[in-house]
Amino acid sequence: MDNIILEMRGITKTFPGVKALDNVNLKVREGEIHALVGENGAGKSTLMKVLSGVYPAGTYDGEIHYDNEVRNFSTISDSEHLGIIIIHQELALVPLLSIAENIFLGNELATNGVIDWKQTFSRTQELLDKVGLREPPTARITDIGIGKQQLVEIAKALSKKVRLLILDEPTASLNETDSDALLKLLMEFRKQGMTSIIISHKLNEIKKVADKITIIRDGGTVETLDCHNEDISEDRIIKGMVGRDMEDRYPAREPKIGETLLEVKNWNVFHQHHRDRQFLHDINFNVRAGEVVGIAGLMGAGRTETAMSVFGKSWGHKITGEVLMHGKPVDVSTIPRAIDAGLAYVTEDRKHLGLVLNNNIMHNTTLANLNAVASGGVIDGHREAKVATDYRTKLRIRSHSIYQEAVNLSGGNQQKVVLSKWLFTNPEVLILDEPTRGIDVGAKYEIYSIINQLAAEGKGILMISSEMPELLGTCDRVYVMNEGRIVAELSKAEASQESIMRAIMRSGEKH
Amino acid sequence: MAADKSAQKTTPSLGDYFKSNIREYGLLIALVVIMLFFQFMTGGVLFRPVNITNLILQNSFIVIMALGMLLIIVAGHIDLSVGSIVAFTGGLSAIMLVKWGIHYSIVVPVCLILGGLVGAAQGYWVAYQKIPAFIVTLAGMLVFRGLTYLILQNRPIGPFPKDFQSLSTGFVPDFLYFLNPLPGTITNFFSLVVIVALVALAIYYGLRDRRNNDKHGTENEPFAFFAGQMAIIAGVAIFLGFQLSTYKGFPNVLIVMGLLIALYTFVTTRSTIGRRIYAMGGNEKAAKLSGINTERLTFYTFVNMGVLAALAGMIIAARLNSATPKAGVGFELDVIAACFIGGASASGGVGKITGAVIGALIMGVMNNGMSIMGLGIDYQQLVKGLVLLAAVFFDVYNKNKG
Repeated sequence: MDNIILEMRGITKTFPGVKALDNVNLKVREGEIHALVGENGAGKSTLMKVLSGVYPAGTYDGEIHYDNEVRNFSTISDSEHLGIIIIHQELALVPLLSIAENIFLGNELATNGVIDWKQTFSRTQELLDKVGLREPPTARITDIGIGKQQLVEIAKALSKKVRLLILDEPTASLNETDSDALLKLLMEFRKQGMTSIIISHKLNEIKKVADKITIIRDGGTVETLDCHNEDISEDRIIKGMVGRDMEDRYPAREPKIGETLLEVKNWNVFHQHHRDRQFLHDINFNVRAGEVVGIAGLMGAGRTETAMSVFGKSWGHKITGEVLMHGKPVDVSTIPRAIDAGLAYVTEDRKHLGLVLNNNIMHNTTLANLNAVASGGVIDGHREAKVATDYRTKLRIRSHSIYQEAVNLSGGNQQKVVLSKWLFTNPEVLILDEPTRGIDVGAKYEIYSIINQLAAEGKGILMISSEMPELLGTCDRVYVMNEGRIVAELSKAEASQESIMRAIMRSGEKH
Repeated sequence: MAADKSAQKTTPSLGDYFKSNIREYGLLIALVVIMLFFQFMTGGVLFRPVNITNLILQNSFIVIMALGMLLIIVAGHIDLSVGSIVAFTGGLSAIMLVKWGIHYSIVVPVCLILGGLVGAAQGYWVAYQKIPAFIVTLAGMLVFRGLTYLILQNRPIGPFPKDFQSLSTGFVPDFLYFLNPLPGTITNFFSLVVIVALVALAIYYGLRDRRNNDKHGTENEPFAFFAGQMAIIAGVAIFLGFQLSTYKGFPNVLIVMGLLIALYTFVTTRSTIGRRIYAMGGNEKAAKLSGINTERLTFYTFVNMGVLAALAGMIIAARLNSATPKAGVGFELDVIAACFIGGASASGGVGKITGAVIGALIMGVMNNGMSIMGLGIDYQQLVKGLVLLAAVFFDVYNKNKG
């Protein structure tokens, strides 16, 4: 298996004003799992778009050799025709259609436009068996979990006779069990001789499956590591990604904890849609000044729902309970009132709930506190520009100016814009929901530093995260949630991956 | 801040700048080209003073409604009912003025308020009950047309008192007739003075803004574009102003329209309300989570639309000197088309007042020019439809390329 299936030589791609890729080289052997890593904005996704024909030949410089021939793809179907299939981070499935319909969408098993359903279902069943998905081919996409949807995407790729499978952050939104299953599947495919390229930020996963690792930084190739020649540590990869040694992934902080800022008592919430189902039960928690408090839990434990129901009742209904700030009850029944009470909620879903993507950095920064840059309802453009510039400098948002549209920023920089927006409301307590999801290592470190600085200024931080090392590395205290309840409260000394998991498991047994 | 600026800021070349702002300049250029085309095709009739006056009288209400429609479209909605609201409020004003003999100084504000209530009645369903605006206003279109037939009992009502008519057909008197240097050619010197003064003010404020921007480090458009744009606008404005001054001067509706354009430009570009409407249209959920009362904002954009439609309804009734149940049929389409030609996005969050106004003018000039050329309504509709499609295609093409 020494065949080079794919070689990209000297790829350079320029967008107006930005050089996204600069002389990038990538060599992939047939039958290997090749990992592509790099910080957000380094150019990984752009490179894959060049490969798959999203950016047609002629819009970039350099050559693509596939099967020892120079290829000039002008559309995605050109590359798909040769077995290059890309699965994007945002899944491209139609929610209300069935698994079978999705798999053969645009590629229907039909004669003269009449679909052969029998064959469609039996072929689907074969494909689902291959990827190990136990769902009927008639199940609708919207009714199955995100992990299973990912498998449907892979089954769809298999239906197209894939030879080179490209996965862009396939496990970003999966829980650990689903991620493991997916990685096993990739290894299974490798045995059958299929080649894959996997883009991921989860270095432990890459270590598990990759044969080779190509590191990209600032639009250029840094190096390709061979995982069979040497034992490559996560720190070694990070060093290549950020161009320096990362001694500690979590910046140190000396906690100075003060009075209790936020206190939530006997918080009961019913489900937003299933209105007779109680979703959160007797939640009690508090956050003190200068303290970083974590909420750990599995997906669906009710962490985001807790945060959003407290923040202006933006989730759920029939909400009962008490919210106190500085020991006094406050009204958080609407979002403006919650903001006035000193709360800010930084969403886990920055693209859909955090940013107005087609607005620029400046407009996004001031959106939640527009009155502070306006008098009598008239915006003072210069004051607004100054505010946005200050936050851009302070949080080190990388952009060509404050007038750049949010949609054109990398994930880490988008997150910083959302943070700017909420910092500008000058909150006392910030609720950060998965603040580092989909963000590269360097930007993560910067976000942690911002969190530390906010805590040092005496603000209270409530941090929801699915990455346990992150919670353990940054929090002074951790609440553990499961099935809509708080099942444990652990001090920094008590908290460990084991103690958190044990709390979740034990509470599961009780019900 | 200063160090940061020098390191990060790149000055785009003129070509790049034109490309990224092609929509705005393109629209202005398109309007000028279309005007010149019809000036040529009609053998010089288009720019005759009397025709320019007609153009203004015929299109003022479309422009006025386009201001409100733009806000609705930017907010992510649509309003199909404005044609019916025009007829309804026109009918109400006729009943109050003609049948009941109430003075127009009372009727006008009352009709504006009633228009606002009509808008509120529709905005309620869109904003608070989350029914798609397309459906609510389609219902409103039928309901208010039906109500118009009912209140008018299927008959036109007219004629209106003279003072009410002058709202729409009157002209601003020549306050400066004693200074007129060319009484032979210029018959309304005041209008010429006003237009020159306005152009001078526009240039002064434009330059002042640029200087302020430089001082605060805000981006400016390249000077060549600023100067070019100013030159075109000033040239066109002074030419049209001169033509009008050789006839009867400024129609009253031109003043109303001009003030409203200025007001809505200000609201959309400088006010917190305007900013919030754009944010809501761009991402309603994010806007809501940022503490913006999106329901109330949506509600008021419909109230605003109702008020503007009522104003347009009275202008039309006064101009036709009768309120008929068939008034305003199909106006919603002209108004919506004006916004889309002007660069508004059907998915919300994008669009400019200046764009909608120029879009309305493009439609108006085409209507007028083709009528003069003797083309029937059949060809007019055909051409307008194709222009709308072409303009939106141009947007989509630019977006995909960029």
